[in-house]
Amino acid sequence: MALSETSIDPQLYLVEQTRWRPAEIVFWLATLLPYLLFPNYLSLASQIAIAALFALSLDLILGYAGIVSLGHAAFFGIGAYTAGLLSKYGWGEPLSGLVVAAFAAGVVGYATSFVICRFRHLALIMLTLGFGLLLAELANSLGWLTGGMDGLQGIHTWKLLGTFPFDLYGRAAYAYALAVLFVLFLFTRRLIHSPFGLSLRGIRENFVRMPAIGAPSRAHIRTIYTIAACIAGVAGALLAQTTETVSLDSLGFERSAEVVVILVLGGAGRLYGGLVGATIYLIARDQFSGIVPQYWYFWIGILLVAVVIFLPNGILGGLAQFTARWSRK
Amino acid sequence: MRRILLAGLSVLALSLLPVAGHAQGTVKIGLIMPYSGQFADAATQMDDGIKLYLKQHGDKLGGMNVEIIRKDTGGINPPVAKRLAQELVTRDNVDIIAGFVLTPNALAAADVSSEAKKFMVVMNAATAIITTKSPYMVRTSLTVPQLTETLGTWAEKRGLKKVYTMVTDYGPGIDAEGAFQKGFKDAGGDIVGSVRMAVQNPDFTAYVQRAKDLDPQGIFVMIPGGAQPGAFGKALAGVGVDPKKTQVMGQLEIADEHALASMGDIAEGIITAAHYDYNHKSKMNADFVKAYNADFKRNPDFFSIGGYDGMHAIDAALKKSGGKTDGESLISAAKGMSWESPRGPISIDPETRDIIQTVYIDKVEKVGGRLVNVQIDAIPNVKDPIKAAMKK
Repeated sequence: MALSETSIDPQLYLVEQTRWRPAEIVFWLATLLPYLLFPNYLSLASQIAIAALFALSLDLILGYAGIVSLGHAAFFGIGAYTAGLLSKYGWGEPLSGLVVAAFAAGVVGYATSFVICRFRHLALIMLTLGFGLLLAELANSLGWLTGGMDGLQGIHTWKLLGTFPFDLYGRAAYAYALAVLFVLFLFTRRLIHSPFGLSLRGIRENFVRMPAIGAPSRAHIRTIYTIAACIAGVAGALLAQTTETVSLDSLGFERSAEVVVILVLGGAGRLYGGLVGATIYLIARDQFSGIVPQYWYFWIGILLVAVVIFLPNGILGGLAQFTARWSRK
Repeated sequence: MRRILLAGLSVLALSLLPVAGHAQGTVKIGLIMPYSGQFADAATQMDDGIKLYLKQHGDKLGGMNVEIIRKDTGGINPPVAKRLAQELVTRDNVDIIAGFVLTPNALAAADVSSEAKKFMVVMNAATAIITTKSPYMVRTSLTVPQLTETLGTWAEKRGLKKVYTMVTDYGPGIDAEGAFQKGFKDAGGDIVGSVRMAVQNPDFTAYVQRAKDLDPQGIFVMIPGGAQPGAFGKALAGVGVDPKKTQVMGQLEIADEHALASMGDIAEGIITAAHYDYNHKSKMNADFVKAYNADFKRNPDFFSIGGYDGMHAIDAALKKSGGKTDGESLISAAKGMSWESPRGPISIDPETRDIIQTVYIDKVEKVGGRLVNVQIDAIPNVKDPIKAAMKK
């Protein structure tokens, strides 16, 4: 979106953006509510936090830099398998596992970014889709390493910080996932409200003109793509560690598609889009499938169609429009 | 006034307290299955088997009322399966988790069964190692090697000396390839060649031609059910391989009701190893098929029988444990249990908690103008060969 005030000082604008709004503080305090109100839903809450982190990483490239990806699960899967394999072969310490997973996903992200930064739009969809499928097939054929169709067996995650075990109720799992989500969110927030983040939005709007005003489009895209890959890898590693399972679905097409749906639902190009989208999508999924295990996709479909028709910029986009109209009156 | 308020509050507080344990005589069962997505039909058949058993037994298991909670994994999704199992245990307080069409999901949920000490009944998922993942688990379906290794041995004994194997390049295919070749070679047969085929929409013509060129006496094939058996049948006809002359063999999926319908007459003569087929001749099975058709307007398949026998296992275990629903009591009751199922006599191996059953060798024949599986041999009391080998 273009700025409404055109003659604003860019630095002041960015500083203004980084200020914490009351709604944000309420949002993050609300993430602690499951411990008080829904102690039986903590494992769902932890999977929501993980999906939110994954959607946040996609938002960086899709929402801010305009890189359409249908293969983002590749990095999620690399992170998941890295953490899973580390644990299987004797190193189940969760935090260091995250770092290694982020590194592994980042390396692959950096390597592929050289191709990604040369294409836009439709070609990108095909490229990322193809890359995702290639990786999924590779994991399938490396059955001796990945466990193939049956998934990786023998993952055991050590206690968090050496004290908190990952229990059946998901208490540690949620705290862990939420803390990682929060830290990486802070990082993302800072990044987006930096001159670099601003130039990403410029690249999204006009790829060719940005280099003319001193922002090298391709280099910026390589950077953000690598960062997004790292964060997606962390999300995958979190899922592998908290559930102690990894299987081919973690890098399958469906996961790539689902995260796009989550982001579009919440609102792409908004920091909280992925977070809100993941919360609503996964809770709706859980509730609908609890009521009708066979036909719940029908209701998810209705929800998506309704959101796209009535709130074309996602739930947050719709909310923003609504409040803007309301405050003008 | 204050007293009334206090009394009211305490009543409210009492009613909000979680009910300790369960209402007397109710057993809660959580079913985890792929109710939606590409495996939905398998889940429906299994669920129907479960429903039929409950209906025939007055909606009671072991004299207790039954509450069933159904959870959908939407396909292969182990993290979701594990979370659902956790939630069933912690939120819904189920006593037993059951279902499981797909191996990865069963493996993930097994951790929960093991940690929470809950009785778990696997009603289909067929990879051999699953039951080793939780000491509270039994299986009422099959293991892939149970069928295919038995078929390998049987084929050699029946005079086939040179066999070609073709399997789909995925978990169950690779398992079946290994098990068949082991059974066949250990008996003294010779594998003249083998191939692993792509999972997605393969054209089988080239593969079948290659097999034909090597002129084997038999071809072992393992492909996923659904659209592929039809395509395979076309390739057999196109290349000119007659299953009656070059013996085509496989696991039951390649010649189940739907596969036969899509393959047509070329399927005549195919031999399969099966633990259940609705044409199995017994009074009990005839009644089962009739009751199943009356309720669900279709024939039961091996998913149905897995669900049906799974409920029997729970029923009998509850009877034997005297209504105790903890994992420890139920698993010790289930070990060594044996009963007569519509598929024939089956039992739970007291050591591995896996199923011991008769493996039927069926041949596709035309009876009254319809292609059906006719039983030509039966090998009784087959244990899972993988776990038997692990012990040695």
